Amino acid sequence: MNLSFAVRLAARESRHGARRLGVYMASITLGVAALVSIHSFRDDVARSVREEADVLMGADARFSSGRAFPDSVTSFLDSLATEGVGIAYVTTALSMVQAPASDDVRLLQIQAGDGDFPYYGRVATRPAGLWGSQANGSVALVDPAVLTQLRVSIGDTLVVGQARLLLAGTVEDVPTDLGYQAAIGPRVYISRQTLDAAGLLGFGSVARYRAYLRLPDLAQHAVIDERYTEILRATRVRYELAVDQADDISNGVRFLGRFLALVGLGALLLGGIGVASAVHVYIREKRTAVAVLRCLGADQWTVFAAYLIQASGLGLAGSAVGVVLGVLVQGLLPGFLAGVLPVAVETRLSATSALAGLGIGVWVAGIFALIPLLQVRDVPPLKAIRQDFESGAPRMDAPYLGAYGALVGSIVLLCALEAPEPTIGLGFAAGLGIAVAALAGTAWVLARATRRFFPARASYPIRQGVSNLFRPQNQTVSVTLALGFGAFVVGTLLQVQASLVDDLSISFGAGQPNVLLFDIQRDQREGVISMLPDAARDGVEVAPLVPARITAINGVSSDELLARERGPDRPAGWALRREYRNTYRSGIGRAERLIAGRWWDGTPGSDDATVVDAGDLARVSLEEEVARDLRVSLGDTLSWNVAGATLESVVTSVRSVEWSRLEPNFYAIFEPGPLDDAPQSTIIVARIPDPETRAGFQRDLVRAFPNVSVLDFSRVQQALDAILSRVRQAVAFLGIFSAIAGLVVLVGALASSRVQRMREGALLKTLGARRRQVLLVLLAEYGALGTLATAAGLLLSWAASALVARRVFEIPFVPSPPVLVAIWLSVVGLTLVVGLAGSRSLVARPPLAVLRDVPE
Amino acid sequence: MITAEALGKTYSSGGRPLPVLQGIDLVIDSEAFVAVVGPSGSGKTTLLGLLAGLDRPTAGRVTLDGQDLSALTEDQRAEFRARHVGFVFQTFHLLPTLTALENVLVPLELVGGAREARNRAVALLERVGLGDRMDHFPAQLSGGEQQRVALARAFANRPKILFADEPTGNLDQDTGATIVEMLEELNREARTTLVMVTHDLTVAERAHRVIALAGGRVVSDREGGGGAAVVRPAASDVAGR
Ligand SMILES: Nc1ncnc2c1ncn2[C@@H]1O[C@H](COP(=O)(O)OP(=O)(O)OP(=O)(O)O)[C@@H](O)[C@H]1O
Ligand SMILES: [Mg+2]
Repeated sequence: MNLSFAVRLAARESRHGARRLGVYMASITLGVAALVSIHSFRDDVARSVREEADVLMGADARFSSGRAFPDSVTSFLDSLATEGVGIAYVTTALSMVQAPASDDVRLLQIQAGDGDFPYYGRVATRPAGLWGSQANGSVALVDPAVLTQLRVSIGDTLVVGQARLLLAGTVEDVPTDLGYQAAIGPRVYISRQTLDAAGLLGFGSVARYRAYLRLPDLAQHAVIDERYTEILRATRVRYELAVDQADDISNGVRFLGRFLALVGLGALLLGGIGVASAVHVYIREKRTAVAVLRCLGADQWTVFAAYLIQASGLGLAGSAVGVVLGVLVQGLLPGFLAGVLPVAVETRLSATSALAGLGIGVWVAGIFALIPLLQVRDVPPLKAIRQDFESGAPRMDAPYLGAYGALVGSIVLLCALEAPEPTIGLGFAAGLGIAVAALAGTAWVLARATRRFFPARASYPIRQGVSNLFRPQNQTVSVTLALGFGAFVVGTLLQVQASLVDDLSISFGAGQPNVLLFDIQRDQREGVISMLPDAARDGVEVAPLVPARITAINGVSSDELLARERGPDRPAGWALRREYRNTYRSGIGRAERLIAGRWWDGTPGSDDATVVDAGDLARVSLEEEVARDLRVSLGDTLSWNVAGATLESVVTSVRSVEWSRLEPNFYAIFEPGPLDDAPQSTIIVARIPDPETRAGFQRDLVRAFPNVSVLDFSRVQQALDAILSRVRQAVAFLGIFSAIAGLVVLVGALASSRVQRMREGALLKTLGARRRQVLLVLLAEYGALGTLATAAGLLLSWAASALVARRVFEIPFVPSPPVLVAIWLSVVGLTLVVGLAGSRSLVARPPLAVLRDVPE
Repeated sequence: MITAEALGKTYSSGGRPLPVLQGIDLVIDSEAFVAVVGPSGSGKTTLLGLLAGLDRPTAGRVTLDGQDLSALTEDQRAEFRARHVGFVFQTFHLLPTLTALENVLVPLELVGGAREARNRAVALLERVGLGDRMDHFPAQLSGGEQQRVALARAFANRPKILFADEPTGNLDQDTGATIVEMLEELNREARTTLVMVTHDLTVAERAHRVIALAGGRVVSDREGGGGAAVVRPAASDVAGR
């Protein structure tokens, strides 16, 4: 091999080749840009989160618990305070908030805290400087969304429980927020005394208690950890450092970033297919030149090296542009995502990300170019003196096999490296492979069918256009793959989303309960039920809630079980540690099905009707998944701590539960009797169809029972709709991204087949075709190409979304033809626009061009 | 010197053997100018391809300048061509992406080491009268000019043997004549063996020797009008130079 000659030839050739192959390298550019921006931005966010750890928590450390801190904890907190540690208490709860001015009521989040929290970062209020005022006396601050939800303005009165408060202002910016929090669950900020006075924290109410610490010396943390571990464990109070929380968040960011990186990698690999296709066409056009070089005495590997150097050089250029683009995007992202990011993100140029992007780009371009480039070796010198001479099919020799192996290996390796976990990466690589193969297969079948069954009476330009898809050296397959993949991604996402929306509207639809009443104290139950409007009386479901923890299984204590090695007979931690909210009732619920054992009345389970003799222990029915995770089955005993007392129970049945139904569902249900006298609250679900009646009921209820909360499902549906519309935006982004990737490949395909098209167009004109007819041929070709691509992509997306809906979300799949038609129209439209824009000069070209062999 | 012994080429078309060349025995002396003529399809191009080592014969063997081509691998034959063989094609075959000068440089750079490569290429282009067109691309040159660049390229490495397949086939009479004159001159100056396939009998008459093919066999082998080449019966002398 003559390397110096190869380098020189590559440099000279690239004067002409660069323009044609260069466009194709743009497909690499897009993928590299995505990777670089995602990589560096991921690092930016993770770093900023860590640097601002204390601002994110608002303190150096925090204690938190699902119930009021026991005395043992408060006393050591007091002793810490005497040592100079700053301590601020914050309690959050849910409560109905009423606005006398508008007569509206809403279930809102209440945050009651000491005024000096947060210790770090500033809370911005409107009017300014109000933060802290809510911690003393009867003043409330609210998130801005509360103003619109309750139709109130600053200066109005708010009623929270039994307390009347002055709405003094809004909270515009909380440094401890993860941005979207205020949008999902808007809050009302009050003082701790107000919370106590409001009488909200009744038995069983959902509240969270936190104590925030400011440590004069961070070393104190180790001391606290050591001194109080035992107490914390015994009281189930969680102790957490700001830096640990920040680590959790930045790990989450990294995890998410890695998923996004996979999307970028997908785009890059699709671009790789484009590169392979362009190089293939390029090399086929170079066959004569290669034969001449061989005649003049260049050996196979010299010629191969020359073209490989050329392809890699262009790959390098494409990747370099990608890196620059990626860095630009990185700089724009903080502005775009300001509302979603936990902290102010400072972007920093990351040399490793840039180099990695450059390297990956060049590598992908090179490895995809390799296979078509190997054809160079098969060009016989004889072709120089015998134009029509064609050697046989390319041989499958060691270099080819090596190139294919390197390609597959690189893809798998890149996916495994980029993915959050190697297995996800392997799955992604496999999925990508299957999708591409299925797309190619579908496209092939469609193309053959078109060729076979295309009506012969169609007008000439249309027939010519369609048959152009099958011209020698066509790039129909690669363009179909790229465009089809975009259609596939968008189609799948949109159809799954449509199915989700459909399922939601069933859940919230006619006949389904639409209000949930909770925090009802025992002595309020009858009163609340009697207040329900007549229209709602029928479908009302009343369920007592008895909080309890599991203390032992079959006589082995939870602590002992948790201390065991992880394995098939160690119960899952979540199932063992959680605080259960159990109920008792006599009948089986509408969303439940008994699968094993027998119900209290003897109804047998569908799979196994064993009768368990409970003796004098309480009978309990478990949900199947919790039973599996607790590693218990029929006949096993569970010991519960119910408000300090121990209750022994036996599993006598196992149920499957359809959780997506809006019914009060429970992991553990007891037979009536044993829990009748345990401390408990009550929840009620009902259906009040008329919105006016529903609103009136909520107002009346809050006046009579200020501590009872009402969740109006129509509001939940609105919130879910809001979340879904965010999802829709993300989907739109992914869709646009993959569509752009597809279009870039299309542009490249057009660029690399320009010479051929130019000759064809000029030839047609020489033969007497008018410009309009040449244009029509092109239109037919691009229309057919777009249709072929979308048809393949959408067919596949149909199958994929049906699979995802049924398997992943476990909801029925609802095909949505309008979505498919919309995608088809937009892809064909874009193909036509891009195609015609790229062909303008072809149509305008004089027929003379056909006589001269003009290189590009 | 070129020798061919019992040279044959058979293609199989549709499963049946199709003999294209049969039993060709030839000895072509160094510095000779040989024209190969014959009707279309008679095997002229095939013969040229075999003599130049672009293709492998199905029978017999070719020796170029004492080197048995069948003993060389494909890449060794390429190397041999780079050092000792030049080509001129009917369709010129300049590399369209290289300038005239760069086209002439190709064989020089392939062999490598030639420090004065550029000077030689410039000199050759001036010699064919294209000193002022060196930076033009082939598409900017007429057919005759392109073929003159091809001549310069063919002689760049001072080849011992030059093969030309209908070098005037795509040119008008006058331009063709100029090209043949140049070929003759360069052949004389560089003391090259010249094997030229042509349809043009007036061109053939300028050769020292005219070999006529028909149906894949040599049907006549005579002295041309061009000079005193010795016509020998085939294969009477196989000695190297
Ligand atoms: N690859 C091939 N397979 C089958 N037959 C071939 C092949 N290549 C050439 N031939 C046949 O060999 C015969 C000789 O071809 P060749 O090109 O050598 O003729 P030629 O004398 O150069 O003709 P022309 O004057 O038209 O260039 C022709 O009949 C041709 O069809
Ligand atoms: Mg011929």
